This record gives sequence, C-alpha cells and structure tokens, in this order.
Amino acid sequence: MNIGPLDCVLVPLAFAILAFVVPSNRLRPLVLPAGALANLAVAIAALADGTRSTAGGWLVLDALGKLVILTVALLFFFCALYAPGYLRVRADRSNRQLCGGLFFQVAMLSLVATSHHLGLLWVALEATTLSSAPLIYFNRTPKALEAAWKYLLICSVGIALALLGSFFLAYASLHGPHSSTLLFDDLVANAASLSKPWLHAAFVTLLVGYGTKMGLAPMHTWKPDAYGEAPGILGAMLAGGVTSGAVIALLRLLAIMHAAGEAGFAQPILVVMGLVSMVFAAVFMVRQKDIKRMLAYSSIEHMGVLILGFGLGGLALFGALLHLICNALTKGILFLATGNLHRAYGSKSTDVVTGALDRVPISASLFLVGFLAITGSPPFGPFVSEFTILRAAFASDHFVAGGLFLVLLMAVFLGMGSTVLLAVHGKAPPETATDAASADTPQLTLPIVGLVLVVTCLGVWLPAAFVQLLEQAAASVEGPR
Amino acid sequence: MNPSLDAVLVLVVLLNFFTLGSSRVSAVIRATGTQGVLLAALPFLVHEPLSTHVVLAGLGTLAVKGIALPWLLMRAMRDVTIRREVEPLIGFTTSLLLGGAGTGLALLFSGGLPLAPEHAESRLVPAAFATVFTGFLVLTTRRKAITQIVGYLILENGIFLFGLLLLDALPVMVELGVLLDLLVGVFVMGIVLHHIQRTFSTIDTARFSTLKE
Repeated sequence: MNIGPLDCVLVPLAFAILAFVVPSNRLRPLVLPAGALANLAVAIAALADGTRSTAGGWLVLDALGKLVILTVALLFFFCALYAPGYLRVRADRSNRQLCGGLFFQVAMLSLVATSHHLGLLWVALEATTLSSAPLIYFNRTPKALEAAWKYLLICSVGIALALLGSFFLAYASLHGPHSSTLLFDDLVANAASLSKPWLHAAFVTLLVGYGTKMGLAPMHTWKPDAYGEAPGILGAMLAGGVTSGAVIALLRLLAIMHAAGEAGFAQPILVVMGLVSMVFAAVFMVRQKDIKRMLAYSSIEHMGVLILGFGLGGLALFGALLHLICNALTKGILFLATGNLHRAYGSKSTDVVTGALDRVPISASLFLVGFLAITGSPPFGPFVSEFTILRAAFASDHFVAGGLFLVLLMAVFLGMGSTVLLAVHGKAPPETATDAASADTPQLTLPIVGLVLVVTCLGVWLPAAFVQLLEQAAASVEGPR
Repeated sequence: MNPSLDAVLVLVVLLNFFTLGSSRVSAVIRATGTQGVLLAALPFLVHEPLSTHVVLAGLGTLAVKGIALPWLLMRAMRDVTIRREVEPLIGFTTSLLLGGAGTGLALLFSGGLPLAPEHAESRLVPAAFATVFTGFLVLTTRRKAITQIVGYLILENGIFLFGLLLLDALPVMVELGVLLDLLVGVFVMGIVLHHIQRTFSTIDTARFSTLKE
C-alpha cells in the first residue's frame, strides 16, 4: 500500500469531521477508538514505505516524521481506547469538542511531522495550540479556565516568536546566491551560504519560541496549570503528542545548523537549556502535593532530557529520539492512571489521595509502574534511552553534563517518589460519595496495561527495523555518520 | 527610498505610542485596527510590480487585521467590560518613556544588523522591532485580559512588518494560513474571555492567582 504524507493528515481529519457531525453524545466517543485504529494502521503502513514527498517538496514523509507520527498514533490509540469509559463517567457534558478536537490535534501533528516548509509547519503547530485550549476547559471549573487562558496566551506569544525566528531564517538565506526560502530541503542544501549572524539570531529566537511550546524552563510556566487542569486523556496527548510536534520543529532547525557547520554554536546552548529544565523540575517536584502538577514537572524534566540528548549529539541523539517515544508512551500511563485516581478520590492532592493501593489497586499499581518507568528503572523503555544518553555523554567526554544529568535524575526520582509513595501507600480515607468502584473497571485499566506492555517492549527488545528508523532519523539531523 | 512607504511606517510607529499612552480600551482597539489597515497597504508599497500574491496578501491583511480582529475585540469588550479603562501596572508616562527607549534601541540595533544591500536603507526593520517591543510592553504591563490580546496583536503586527522583506519565502498559502491562525486565535481568546467574565465577574488577570506554587 502506498501511504503518502497527505494520508497521515487526511485520515484523522476525516474522523474529526465525523466526530463533529455525530449527533449522539453517547455514541460519539466510539468514533475515537475506531478512528485511532485507522490512524495507527496508516502510521504503521507508512513505516514500510520509503521517503515520499508531495506538493512540490512541501510535505515529505521522512524517517523523523515517521517516528513522530508513530509516537502520536500509538499514544492516541491507547488514549482513545480509554476515552469511551471515561466519557461515560462524564456523560453530563457534551463531548463533541473533546472528540473532534483530539482528532484535529492528531491531524495537525501529522502535518507538523511531514511538513518540510517551515512556514506551513508553524501554521500547523499553532493550530494545535488553538485546538487544545478549549479542551483544557472541558471540566468547566474556574481553575480550568485560568489554565486555558494562560496556555493560550503564553503559547501563542511563544509561537509568535517562532514565526519571527522563521523569518530570520528565511532572511539568512537571502544573503547567498539563492532567493529567500523556508523550504527545509533548500535550506539544508544551501546551508553553507546562509548568513551566520541571521542564522544565530534565528536559532535563539526559534529555540525560545518552540521551547515555550515544548515547555522548557524557564518558559514552562503554563505547563503545570494546563496539565493540572486538563482531563487525563488531554494531559497525555499534550505531554506526549503536542510536545513531540515542537520537538520535531527544533530538530529541523538543528539539522539546518549542522548542515551550516554551526553545530558548535547550537549544541552547548541545548545542553545548558536541557540541564536548566531538569533543575527546575527537580526543585519544584519536591513536596509537590498535586499529582497532575507533579506530572507536568516530570514532563518539563523529560523535555530537558531530550534537549540535552540533542545537544550532546551522536549516540546521545539516537538515545534522545528513542526517549521521545518512550517518554510519550510512559506519560500516557501516568496521566491515564492519575485520571483514575483523581476520580476515585474526587481530588488530585496527596492530602486526600492516600492508600490508593487499597482503594483502587489496579490503577494504583499501574500508576506505580508508570512512576518506575518514567524515572528510568529497568526493564522499561526510558531506562534504555536515558542510559544511552548517559553512556554517550561519558563516551564523548562530557563529564560535567553527564554527571549533572545523573545527579538530577536521582533528585527527580527522590522528589517524585515521595509524592507517589504518599499517594499509593498508607491508609485510604473513609469512603465518600465518589465512584471509586468505577475507576478500576477494565475499560479504564486495560488501555493503560497496553501502554505498559509497549513501554516494557521498548525496554527489553527493539525491533531491528525500528532501530534502523531511529538511525535514519538521527542521520537526517546530523548528516550521515 | 520610498517616501510613501516611510510615511506609512511613521504612522505605524506613532500608533504604537498612541496605544501605550491611551487610557481607554476602545481607543486602543481602534488604534490596532488602524495599524492593521496601514499594514494592508504595505505589500503594495514594498513590492512594486503588482502580482496576485501581493493583492491577496494585502486584501487578506485588510480583512483580518483591519476589519475582523478589531470587530471581534470590540464585540468582546461590549460583552464583558464594566470599567473601560486600561488599568496598566505601570503609569502611562512610564509606558511612553519605555516605548520611546525601545524604539530608539530598535533604530540603533537595526543600524548594526547585516542587512541585504537592497534593505540597508529601509525603515521596515527598525519599525518591525519597535512594534514587536511595544507588543511585549503591552502584554506584560496591562492587567486586563482584553488588553493582553491587543498586545499580542501588536506583536504579530511587528512580525508581519519583518515578513514584508521576504516575499519569496512566504507563499500565499502560508501567509493566509498565518492570518487564519491569528483570526481563530483571537476568536478563541474572545470565547475564553467571555467565560472568564462570567466566572470571575472581572477580566483582571491579577485575580488569576489560584494556580501557582
């Protein structure tokens, strides 16, 4: 089967329209698993094909794009399986926006991943911001409103800066013998003739812009609010999906920097930014009572890990690309399991949520597994990817960065662990009028088990074809090794 | 050198100052709308031979920045505001002084930039940076949610000015996509604003302090 880049966008878009037109609030959630399955099938079929391009080189399905599309599709598939069970609990409010919005988000992320025109990439990434903001307000609480506003404004301003950075990049290409362009392949091919000062300005501006969207410290302030108030499914999609879109935008930029011979300018900045994000996360994770906000800081930490890996380069870049998918899927486990705890207790603060292993044993165990996985315990995927980055850091004589990385991972483990243990152990408070029984139903736990299986698989056995995909993706950033 | 282009750019920068010194929300919105109309004229002045690209970019800008966005904001304001003053965190005089300093810096900074020879004399670049700076100033020093949207629009206007240097890099499709994102963005912000007013009975973002560490 021939899967072009446009198919990856149009399939979820068609389901978005379907979700918007289905009139029944009860039947609409069923569109999610059906559409997510179709989307996953397209993403997997796309893996088999070579690099394909359409629309005059604007849309290209390359290794990096396939990796992001696969990540988003896998995560979305399990979230969509979880969704009907969740939305049945929330039957009192319309789920039209949520169902349609999630499909639209996935479609736009596919567009981001396949777009080789940096202007189009920007348009699609901004579209993910705009479509996510109303979904954060799904629970209709004042706090959710505050979170939606901050998310909308901070991310829009951040991404406006990214547009300015894209213009700088186009201006850099004006200085050579060629006309100004934002086509990725042209920029890479003519990278040597790009004006260096403009290229540097573009790099810094784009890093701040897309870094805001990723949630790198210190531009992360919207993240704890948005992730804290969003429904679990959306939290998972934001932390694993939308951030991957911003990551691929930065990787395209990094590829241009490498091609221009300016990696020496870009990489130290990335290493420092990565470590700073990890420090922020480690500090704010301590004594964090709100479980969902804790997950947001964990997301900030792992964005830092990714950027650190990109900055170290070589084997660490390979590890970071593996970490992209490992982190996304593990965030899925954590957000969905936290959603179950949240509903069982009617709260997401550890003041109330204690003894979850007694109250909702399956969800609490899954939450515990997710915590172990995200903090890099074997045998899960993040262990392999973080270990790869660590090994690469020491092998390439980055002893300071590698040492700090290790210390910060430990600090985060301790900070996150104290909150997690508080939530799962101890004595559960007396049962209140919440739906504790409904939290551990198979519909709300089996999708999480599925994610655990995939994350474990990534930790113990990587298919050769997948390793090859990662290598191709790394080569597309740094050039063939 | 193009005298009519320079005249328009001077007006754009003057409108920046007007926004910083004005105390009424409606006046600030109208100023942004006027700025949008002026921006719509710029593609015709910068790129002399008329092409479909130029016409579409100009008309699209006029429709979105000149008409639709100010209309959306005016409607949102009628919906929500009880008190129609801007309520800045810093005084108007300080705002104006900061704006003046920023514009001066933008002029100095642009003089030192390695611009392509054909743009060396152009006032577009300093005007763009001055407007971006004004946008940030409004975003950070105004408390009302609606004036923060205005700040975001001024920021986008500044970025648009810089984009005028790059006709080849921005195909019409992308340019219209950017405008569409902006339009939808402000539309969504307007909806959120409406909910904020209904929930909190105010659009003062200083009240937004429940979510913090």
